[in-house]
Amino acid sequence: MKRFLAVLQARNLEFIRDRSALAWTIFMPFFLIIGFAVIFSGDDKTIYKVGIINHNNTNIEFISTKFVQPIPFENHENALDKLKHHQLDMVLTLKDNNAYWINSSSPNGYLLERILWGTGGKDFIKQTVEGEEIDYVDWVLPGILSFNIMFGCLFGVGYVIVRYRKSGFLKRLKATPVKSIEFLLAQMASRLLLMMIITLIVLFGSAALIDYTMHGSYLLLLLVFLIGSICMISLGLIVAARITSEELAGGLLNLATWPMMILSGVWFSLEGTHPFMQQAAQILPLTHIVDASRAVMTEGAGIADIFGNLLVLCIMSIIFLIIGAKIFRWD
Amino acid sequence: MTPLIEIKNLVKHYGDVHAVNDLSLSIPKGICFGLLGPNGAGKSTTIEITEGILPPTSGDILYKGQPLGINFKEQAGIQFQATALQEFLTVKETLKMFHDLYEKTMPWDELVSLCDLGDLLDRDNKHLSGGQRQRLLLALALVNDPEVLFLDEPTTGLDPQARRNFWDLVKLIRARNKTIVLTTHYMDEAYELCDEIVIVDKGKIIAQGTPQALLKNHFGETIIQLPDTVLSEAIAQSMGLRFIIQSNWVEIQTSDADETIKRLLEKNISLTQLRLREWSLEDLFIALTGKQLRH
Repeated sequence: MKRFLAVLQARNLEFIRDRSALAWTIFMPFFLIIGFAVIFSGDDKTIYKVGIINHNNTNIEFISTKFVQPIPFENHENALDKLKHHQLDMVLTLKDNNAYWINSSSPNGYLLERILWGTGGKDFIKQTVEGEEIDYVDWVLPGILSFNIMFGCLFGVGYVIVRYRKSGFLKRLKATPVKSIEFLLAQMASRLLLMMIITLIVLFGSAALIDYTMHGSYLLLLLVFLIGSICMISLGLIVAARITSEELAGGLLNLATWPMMILSGVWFSLEGTHPFMQQAAQILPLTHIVDASRAVMTEGAGIADIFGNLLVLCIMSIIFLIIGAKIFRWD
Repeated sequence: MTPLIEIKNLVKHYGDVHAVNDLSLSIPKGICFGLLGPNGAGKSTTIEITEGILPPTSGDILYKGQPLGINFKEQAGIQFQATALQEFLTVKETLKMFHDLYEKTMPWDELVSLCDLGDLLDRDNKHLSGGQRQRLLLALALVNDPEVLFLDEPTTGLDPQARRNFWDLVKLIRARNKTIVLTTHYMDEAYELCDEIVIVDKGKIIAQGTPQALLKNHFGETIIQLPDTVLSEAIAQSMGLRFIIQSNWVEIQTSDADETIKRLLEKNISLTQLRLREWSLEDLFIALTGKQLRH
């Protein structure tokens, strides 16, 4: 324990005093959040989004109305979820009975209903859903926090260990009684602690700068980020287990982060993308961190709702940790 | 009496490269033992296997008659040839971290004063000079008050004054009855510090003994140096001289300098640029290995 704490304390001091790295880890997510808040602050949508169930049979004048964008949906529930969160303005089905759904609190829904009536849909069955609008900023905020955790953990642990190895510092530690597991756990604990503090700073700092909505429990959100961080750090340990070149480490870490950055639903929803892409996203840990944190923040999800995501993250962490510790080399 | 460290038939291969070839030696307790050799001779490989850092291809390392056990790291102090320190930490924080890694430690004040780090404790590692850095690395190696201290080329790259200071420190440590295993490129360092040395080349021991005993055979010999533009290799050979060529200089080894100079004059060789010096450990090394040390 004494050895673990010694390495932990030294690593913490090193990180806190490396001001450029610290500033980057804290300010980068702020810049992204504020940037998105500014870009998407205007409500100047001119296109009305209509989710169409069973798109192939759709052949009515309403769909071809200017400024109405039909979006095909396979899953009725998904489409209604989007409608609840104002990500769609109307859902339409022509499968068995002609019917449409609008959000009772959406002005766009009201207008679209009027357009539908005027374009041959007067006798369609009307149904309503309720739900508050989710701003893009509210939607993207959990993504950015998760994204920052991914970068902070993968590069913060992976890159640092490779640098230690290249400089001979790890070899020097090998000459002491410290065990590899003590060293790895100290690196992990140090990064975990700092990432949690930084995430809290960014989360509450964002609250001061922009008006975001939080429907769920902060504690549960923190649990998601905690397990997510452990998973990402463990992945970083695998990358850093043996290599001695910082360039190679940088390349491998980019190789790990880029697919997650694009496919994990940080910036845009994967709904409507090819099913293969949606399945592929499930093997990426970031997908589960983003999905779970977004569910907590935007839908007020409880632990039971995100249990699947947390379980996947825990299993991935254990697998990554075992592999990372097994293949780790001091020099 | 059992030696503190015994190396038995040590072999280390890196693919086709035979870094250490069936090397055996024993190191008694309480002495400063020097491993000398040119670059690539296998010194560092030998010392790192002895430290338990590298695995041997074959052979045994015994510490107090037993194979290296898990407690060896508690009893050994190690200073590698090149070690980077953690950035953004002070000397005090670095020392403290290493201090906390061991069960048994040298008292803090004693360690700080022995390595003369008192004025440097609050300084950032990256602002240390070469000599100060080596003193800190030595302190890290001494933090567990080790029985045996391994120093791998500890003064390489230091200026002459910093080297002298470091030697004084090593002498202080030796005076505490510690066993020191040292590798070096510098013959004067080996002569100054070591009680016993082995000269290693191509992974094998080519000479062994006290520095004085190794020089004894050549005691009283003189080196006469002349530029090769004045004395060509062919003439030197025709005169039957014992010589080597060293960077455009012909170095003649002789036990009778008067007689050799007389013969050179008879051959009408100009002695304007002649230089004389005594035979040193370095000459012995070159004679044995045919290589210069400070490459």
